Amino acid sequence: MNRALRLIRRRLIASIPVLAIVVLGTFFLLEAAPGDAVDAYAASLGGDAGLSADLRAQWGLDQSVWGRLAAYLYALAHLDFGRSVIFSRPNLDVILERLPNTLLLMGSATALSFGLGSLLGIWAGAKPGSLRDRLLSVGSLAIYAVPGFWLGLVLIVIFAVQLRWLPLSGIETIASSKEGFARAGDIALHLILPVGALGLIYLALYLRMMRAGMTEVWRTDYVLAARARGLPRRRIVLRHVARNALTPLVTMLGVQSAAMLGGSVVIESVFSIPGLGRLAQESVAGRDTSLLLGIILISAVVVILINLIVDLAYALLDPRVGASEVQS
Amino acid sequence: MTLLRTPTALLGFTILVVLALIALLAPLLFPADPLAIAGPALLRPFQDASLPLGTDRLGRDVLAELVHGARTSLLVGLAAAATSIIVGSVVGTLAGFIGGIVDEVLMRITDAFQTVPGFLLALAFVSVVGPSLPVVVLAIALSAWTGPARVARAEVLSIRERDYVAGARAIGMHPLKIAFREVLPNALPPVLALSSVIVAAAVLTEAALSFLGLGDPNRITWGGMIAEGRAVLRSAPYLSIIPGIALVVTVLGVYLAGEGVVEASAARKVRA
Repeated sequence: MNRALRLIRRRLIASIPVLAIVVLGTFFLLEAAPGDAVDAYAASLGGDAGLSADLRAQWGLDQSVWGRLAAYLYALAHLDFGRSVIFSRPNLDVILERLPNTLLLMGSATALSFGLGSLLGIWAGAKPGSLRDRLLSVGSLAIYAVPGFWLGLVLIVIFAVQLRWLPLSGIETIASSKEGFARAGDIALHLILPVGALGLIYLALYLRMMRAGMTEVWRTDYVLAARARGLPRRRIVLRHVARNALTPLVTMLGVQSAAMLGGSVVIESVFSIPGLGRLAQESVAGRDTSLLLGIILISAVVVILINLIVDLAYALLDPRVGASEVQS
Repeated sequence: MTLLRTPTALLGFTILVVLALIALLAPLLFPADPLAIAGPALLRPFQDASLPLGTDRLGRDVLAELVHGARTSLLVGLAAAATSIIVGSVVGTLAGFIGGIVDEVLMRITDAFQTVPGFLLALAFVSVVGPSLPVVVLAIALSAWTGPARVARAEVLSIRERDYVAGARAIGMHPLKIAFREVLPNALPPVLALSSVIVAAAVLTEAALSFLGLGDPNRITWGGMIAEGRAVLRSAPYLSIIPGIALVVTVLGVYLAGEGVVEASAARKVRA
């Protein structure tokens, strides 16, 4: 367990400069945007020019760029992400309210693409060069070429408009007063199409990586040894080849988390899911720059945390990871 | 040509050549303003020979819009990919060749750009600066340069230890001259191998941005057409489906051509 703790500590220390650069970046984008936090406050709560001048002095916005940067950092250190114009509430409250829906969407889509992708990858990689292998390779490439938002619209046309099997949009039936399992079932029903649209796109990535990994492993000596021992083919495929090709896919989960989060922006707008992505679109439409940059900061934190979890999982799967650092 | 020997590569290059021709010849094929009304509104595809793909909600010719949209998609895709490859290889070369604190700072900046979801960054950049074609190109390049930077750095790290670099140093060549005249050109092949993936991602990102209404408002885009059609998704789904198919064909063409190049260069290595 000591190994895991060391890994966490090293990872957290490494993420400090990265977060600092993200904070600086958002500050300069905020500076480049027209209007400031006081304009936003006045727009949402009202007030005259005198109040605005007082507030600028109070929030340190009447100072030089460095003074404003210091005020921005001071506020962030106190978890003050500013105030949203369009919601007339603190940005952080709005963001945290929407975050669970996005995490649910991302998590389910990742489970779909990782699970189905690696299974199909094993199926393709069990017989490299076979017809099904080539069909799966080209087919997965074709799916990877599909824009997620368009796939979402096509799924809506087929399953919600034509067949009427699944709900059109939203995360749950409005004012249904469902509780417990009924509510969870309702949410699951609403999530089928958006999770399908987001998950299918990234499926190709895991499929191709799994297949490529398996073709590498097939050439190794221990697989040759297993075949020489006359083990059943199914056992060789699952126990010896697939198992060793699976570990690199776990690292991919972390790398892909930022792309998944970006992809959910458009998917949430297509399906009107009240998550972080839809919030980002609303803040763009409402010219609420401070809210948008708050979303960027929080999503950077989310990506860092997901990568930390993935690293830990990887260290558990592969005892060699982090072990060498004990000596160094 | 080795490049066109596999059927997938042949298909990919054929798609790209046809698309490029369509994009270049768009003003000749459809000289009229594609945003002008051409017929009755919401005419279905394959009903009228002069309007083969029908018309949209305002009675505009869908085929003309599609052909003009190809220009935007290809232009943005290529420009964003070129920008990210140039910026990425310069950053990667500097980081790998100079090393030390410069390497550390540049790589932490690369980390930061990879931590923020690229699409959110593009969204924020376009919404702050305002939508126009160059801004969309920059917004996409803003997150896409990190891949080339990492690959270029790794390559430069191995090249800078070679004898000819030591030779260049010995004759007193300026370090920056060595980095960009001697090292960078040799580090480029693996960076350029990324280009098909980057072009494809750029085309898809441009489509998603214009779908959300953040494309250049003065240009026809496939993403914008899909968004337009969304308003009548129930009654006229073809308006959203047709430009989406164009996107899929384009991106698939880029992927297949890219795979063909990789296979061809692998075959060349085997023979050599």
